[in-house]
Amino acid sequence: MTISRRKLITTGLAAAAGATGLGVADRLARSYGLIPPDSGGVFGPGETLTYAAQRLLTRHSMAREFSRSQISPKPFPNALAPPTDAFKLLQAGGFRDWQLVVDGLVERPTVFSLADLRSIGVRSQITEVVCEEGWSYVAEWIGTPLSAVLRETGLKPEARFAMYRSYERGWWDSIDLGDAQHPQTFLTMGMNDGDLPVPFGGPLRLRVPRQLGYKSVKFVNHITVADSMKKFGSGQGSPGPDYGYSWYAGI
Amino acid sequence: MVRVTHWLTFVAFAALLVTGIELIISHPRFYWGETGNSGTTPLFRIPIPSSRDTVPSGYNYVLPDQNGWSRSMHFEAAWILVITALVYGIYGVTSGHFKRNLFPVSGQRSWQAYWAVMRKYLRRAPPGDEQSYNPLQRLAYLAVIFILFPMMIWTGLALSPSFNAAMPWFVGVLGGRQSARTLHFFFTILLVIFFVVHVTMVAMGGFWRRMRAMTIGGASAGEEESA
Repeated sequence: MTISRRKLITTGLAAAAGATGLGVADRLARSYGLIPPDSGGVFGPGETLTYAAQRLLTRHSMAREFSRSQISPKPFPNALAPPTDAFKLLQAGGFRDWQLVVDGLVERPTVFSLADLRSIGVRSQITEVVCEEGWSYVAEWIGTPLSAVLRETGLKPEARFAMYRSYERGWWDSIDLGDAQHPQTFLTMGMNDGDLPVPFGGPLRLRVPRQLGYKSVKFVNHITVADSMKKFGSGQGSPGPDYGYSWYAGI
Repeated sequence: MVRVTHWLTFVAFAALLVTGIELIISHPRFYWGETGNSGTTPLFRIPIPSSRDTVPSGYNYVLPDQNGWSRSMHFEAAWILVITALVYGIYGVTSGHFKRNLFPVSGQRSWQAYWAVMRKYLRRAPPGDEQSYNPLQRLAYLAVIFILFPMMIWTGLALSPSFNAAMPWFVGVLGGRQSARTLHFFFTILLVIFFVVHVTMVAMGGFWRRMRAMTIGGASAGEEESA
């Protein structure tokens, strides 16, 4: 193959345009919040493409809701670490002393009891829990939309992420504000007309039905609103990316 | 262009296959319908140990969990595949590659033509120096390009809870989430069968000669592009 001068010039121009285009795309993507906290590393390009594509396609979409007859008779909980004595004590008290701290970039940092959350307003949804391993079940989830809780506390203008911690040590995660304020993101207290059982994350589980099950963290007791996830853990939004698991799990 | 996209597809396919097998190991059970889990009856299961102790595999040991990097690589390879497919698709239409090299030429769109090739294979006749793809070969390539790979992407996307939120019919017409997962597995098997036959054919037609034709190019196989 002979390379003509014209071909060389057009290729060079195309490469330069491509590089500039990528730079512009990167700047645009950042300003529209299309770059996930785990955009670095070998798998960063894939994570970023997935997150950006889904944010553009699915920002306002609602997770599929099912009919009451489709509720799985046999929901499946993953095994849990044995509860600590402090947890057992809370459980013995019917979780009346369970506290949810909401702090960070909010106007009014607040500590909520489960009763406080109920008084904000309770709603229900019949959605599917989808595990990254491949299995799934449908259940009714009853709780307070996180968006309503964040309206109570108010948000500072620079807020970008909601980071949430579990009572279980070292277990935390985060979602962007779009997901945090999505109408189906619930602080769940009930399941299938009863209290949320402990194996399923009771007394309080954050349900994020448009993402895989591992984003729906069990025993939530602390929510911190932040402008960036850099200062938490390894700075990738959750401990998951340290083990190869995507921060954004809408896949 | 055909050669570049061919090898990009091969790399992505290999990565998807290896990581896909890893992901199945975390739950080697398949269901039909919307839901399915360790507490429900599977459609069928693969008799291998699992990398999760919650899966009733029938074995009392648990394989090491490789899902983390496997998942990330699976989705990154899927992106490479989709982007490559777009480039190849646009090129295939605009350059006439599909029309010229893949659609069976007129006069060969008959059972007799396909049967003639089949008979040749069955007799294990030595491959001649064909100047282009034979009709059966064209049909197989068309099926892989326009049916199997699109169905892989479809059934794969139907496993995304967020994508399903945006387009519920995408998973609905497949019969539910677990049906989509099972179909994703079946289409994988079809692709693997194609891959084995494809490589066997290449080997019978002179492995190194064909490899050279498909990499650096050359006149020996006749049908490759100059790009």
